[in-house]
Amino acid sequence: MSEQTIGIPPRGNIVTPVTTPATALPDGERKGLTKKEIAADHPTWCPGCGDFAVLALYFKLIEKRKLWHEKITTVSGIGCSSRFPYFVQGHGAHYLHGRSLPFASGISLTRPDLHLFVFGGDGDAFSIGGNHVNHTARKNIKMTYVIMDNWVYGLTKKQTSPTSPLGFKSKTDIWGAVDQPINPMKQLISAGATFIARTTATNPNHLLQMMEAAMDHDGFSVIECLSECVEFYEGAFDASNPRKGGKFEPVPADHDVTDEVAAYKLANASFPGYFGIFYKNNRPTKNALEAKVNATMQEKVQGKKDWEILQASFSRLK
Amino acid sequence: MSESTISSAVANGNGGAPQVARVNEAVIRFAGNSQDGIQAIGGFLARLAGRSEQEVMTFMTIPATISGGPSIFQVRIGSGEILSAGDEADVLFAFYQHSYQDHINSVKKGGIVIIDSDHVTPNPDWEKDFRHVPIPISSRTIEAIGGTAKDKGKNLFVLGLVAKMFDLNVPKIEKLVSERFTGKDESIVKTALTAFHAGYGFSVGHLIQNFQFTEAKKKSGSQVVMNGNEALGYGLIAAGVRFGAAYPITPWSDVMELLRRELPKYGGTFVQCEDEIASVSMAIGASFAGRVAVTGSSGPGISLKTEAIGWAVMAEIPLVVVNVQRGGPSTGMPTSVEQSDLNQAVFGGHGDSPRVVLAPTNVKDCFYTAIEAVNIAKKYNVPVFILSDQAIATRIEAFEEPNLEKVCQDITPDLSPVQEYVPYSPSGVTNRVVAGTRILNGKYPIASGLEHDEMGHPGGSPKLHMQMTARRRMKLQRLAAELPTPQVYGPPEGNVLLVGWGSTLGPIREAVDRARAAGDSVSSLHIRHINPLPDGLENVFAGFNHVCVVEMNDEGLYGYGQLGGLLRARFCDPKIRGLTKTDGLTFRVREILERVKTNVATGLRKI
Ligand SMILES: Cc1ncc(C[n+]2csc(CCOP(=O)(O)OP(=O)(O)O)c2C)c(N)n1
Ligand code: SF4
Ligand SMILES: [Mg+2]
Repeated sequence: MSEQTIGIPPRGNIVTPVTTPATALPDGERKGLTKKEIAADHPTWCPGCGDFAVLALYFKLIEKRKLWHEKITTVSGIGCSSRFPYFVQGHGAHYLHGRSLPFASGISLTRPDLHLFVFGGDGDAFSIGGNHVNHTARKNIKMTYVIMDNWVYGLTKKQTSPTSPLGFKSKTDIWGAVDQPINPMKQLISAGATFIARTTATNPNHLLQMMEAAMDHDGFSVIECLSECVEFYEGAFDASNPRKGGKFEPVPADHDVTDEVAAYKLANASFPGYFGIFYKNNRPTKNALEAKVNATMQEKVQGKKDWEILQASFSRLK
Repeated sequence: MSESTISSAVANGNGGAPQVARVNEAVIRFAGNSQDGIQAIGGFLARLAGRSEQEVMTFMTIPATISGGPSIFQVRIGSGEILSAGDEADVLFAFYQHSYQDHINSVKKGGIVIIDSDHVTPNPDWEKDFRHVPIPISSRTIEAIGGTAKDKGKNLFVLGLVAKMFDLNVPKIEKLVSERFTGKDESIVKTALTAFHAGYGFSVGHLIQNFQFTEAKKKSGSQVVMNGNEALGYGLIAAGVRFGAAYPITPWSDVMELLRRELPKYGGTFVQCEDEIASVSMAIGASFAGRVAVTGSSGPGISLKTEAIGWAVMAEIPLVVVNVQRGGPSTGMPTSVEQSDLNQAVFGGHGDSPRVVLAPTNVKDCFYTAIEAVNIAKKYNVPVFILSDQAIATRIEAFEEPNLEKVCQDITPDLSPVQEYVPYSPSGVTNRVVAGTRILNGKYPIASGLEHDEMGHPGGSPKLHMQMTARRRMKLQRLAAELPTPQVYGPPEGNVLLVGWGSTLGPIREAVDRARAAGDSVSSLHIRHINPLPDGLENVFAGFNHVCVVEMNDEGLYGYGQLGGLLRARFCDPKIRGLTKTDGLTFRVREILERVKTNVATGLRKI
């Protein structure tokens, strides 16, 4: 009875190796994508929402770096910011609240050929998904993660977020927030992220620069991008915006990005703090470490087909 | 059959004279502490049976505590078909007083009780009912190999005794022992063999007669010997799975340990995650990106995965979820068996979230079910549960070696460009196109947990939700139509039909055999496809007066176990009744028969 399985007809096409996708035109002869080709659904964000800028600069990044549709994979959690993938023409997934990183890790560890970008909010990253941030950072799984921090829960309409400052009046803290907020930079440094940057949606050039640097980093690269929720936390970031009388202070030129302690000190500055790359190191990725394990293990079975490797195991079970 | 059991041979023997009796099967129970290496004796015997023509089935308990604690291993070896680990033991090896006292009840009247006379004082009352054989196992082992024999060596000494008693093939055992210690220090192999030969050479001749298994039917091809968790792990590899993620929990952990160790040889990866939510998410991510991936757990861990499984139903991403069931709820009984997660597997999601649930019936079936699960997941883009349990996970069986060249499959995704791709068209099942594939019309899909249109973009209109809910349901209805109706064991018409699922296959079939041998009208049906149920079951049920659903879970508020409840809901048939239990132990054959007699109002009508 065991053999009564549901067979599926063998597909002749199931053996294309994952790492060398065929394309209709060789990449060299393809024209780069235009903004029109990259845009999908019209964004559903409130007019004036900071998230528009992040989307616009993601498009710019794709254009500038000549990324192909099929190579971009955009992943998100749940939240206003996490609506992101619907607005991008390319493979993507709108996953669960807080769990985008492990989902993306499954992609990263099996598909080294893709450019993997993850977007989400502060609640997604530091509340429900907090532990996943820690472990993705510790494992250094290759992808770029943009946290669109608005210091509030936007989608669920103004509850306290883990980054809401003390005293912020929300629907769940009508008298003002009482819980100590998380400092995203400190959190990421201690978790072991290998690329940590801070930027703001109101400084497009800087945001693009950070995205490019993050994309080029071989490892788990995280950007905290201040992105104002005009609906539920208007003016939250005015102090960082020169057009609103605030100050945009870049990370000092002499900051050593490989110095964890120095990065931690920068993160200690009170708002608006510094913008730029806080920390970066070249610790090997889990992707590379697993590939190394595989190379060693596969040396021993060189030249064998998969069924022959399994046969060898079965021969020891007699 | 009664002529060839051990207790009858003992009873017929005229007290003491060494002689050889031919038996066609034996149930041997070893009872000691976990550090005595009792599992290893069982393992050797199971392997030996696999290399001979005998059938074998084992049963073991693992103590819930980390170190020490009582532990048993029962092995049933026979020349005919072996379906279960046996209700009662023919021979008990008791290493300690507590082993003796706790397990004497599991021995057949007239059976042989071999006690380590260094530790066990026999009870005169019991000596009347059982043949006691005192052997100074501990001191003889020390004599042979030195040391304290506190934990090591006794098991091999006992293996030697068993080999002598049952006239087992010594060169084959020696080979097994040497293989087991290959790579270790030469002296370890030597010590092990010395202990074995000390046991083999110990003169038991005047104490017990020797037994010889009757000639078994020649089997075609060779056999492999493994437990259910190993069979599942290797089955997933054969199915082409190259990525998995999980968090450790007993009794699931062995599967993940095996995959972590083996997958790299095939270019695959298994990740130990921070928790079960991350694991299921990582597996879904990998599935989204290409090949069907696996996650698994037991009890509490499965509960943590439920939100994500709902997402996979919604976004139509294939996934295999293994649940090696244990006693629940909560931490429950981590090292005991129970079949109480069926409802969770079938219904455990918010919203209408149809998923597939399969239940392997024995170790061999674990291997094939893993492949079937992957293929269903892949064809229907749906999460597929494999409901195994602690009993299958830990028991060792020998089965015909699969033809791996034929069975192994490659499920690498096709990434060649397509003109267009519409993943959720109302017309039904789609061949998935994964990330990395160029779609020439420039329209790319989104995998979404929000209700969506045919491209995965959000849409919450009443019409769309109705259409898409139906789409997700109809995939499973289509699958149901493809599933084979299970075969009745025994005549297709009669008085009582025992219905079971999962690891109870053996004891249920043996109950049928025994009942029929006594002239009672009993047949059985085993359901491997729990959700969707295969078509045609109503026709099977129509042939019987009573349908008794035998399962290891609670009778519930209304008197039926979990499969029983599902079948009643499906068939509205009042003759479907429950036969359930929650003692955390596998069913004994006798237990099933007695319960059927008391449960079925009309009793067991004669054929
Ligand atoms: C398991 C689960 N719990 C709760 C929610 C409800 N929920 C959706 S988004 C959200 C918070 C969003 O805040 P944030 O991550 O900061 O994103 P933003 O909307 O501010 O961009 C919550 C609580 C959910 N979708 N899933
Ligand atoms: S509620 Fe806030 S975060 Fe959400 S779209 Fe509106 S402005 Fe943006
Ligand atoms: Mg927010």
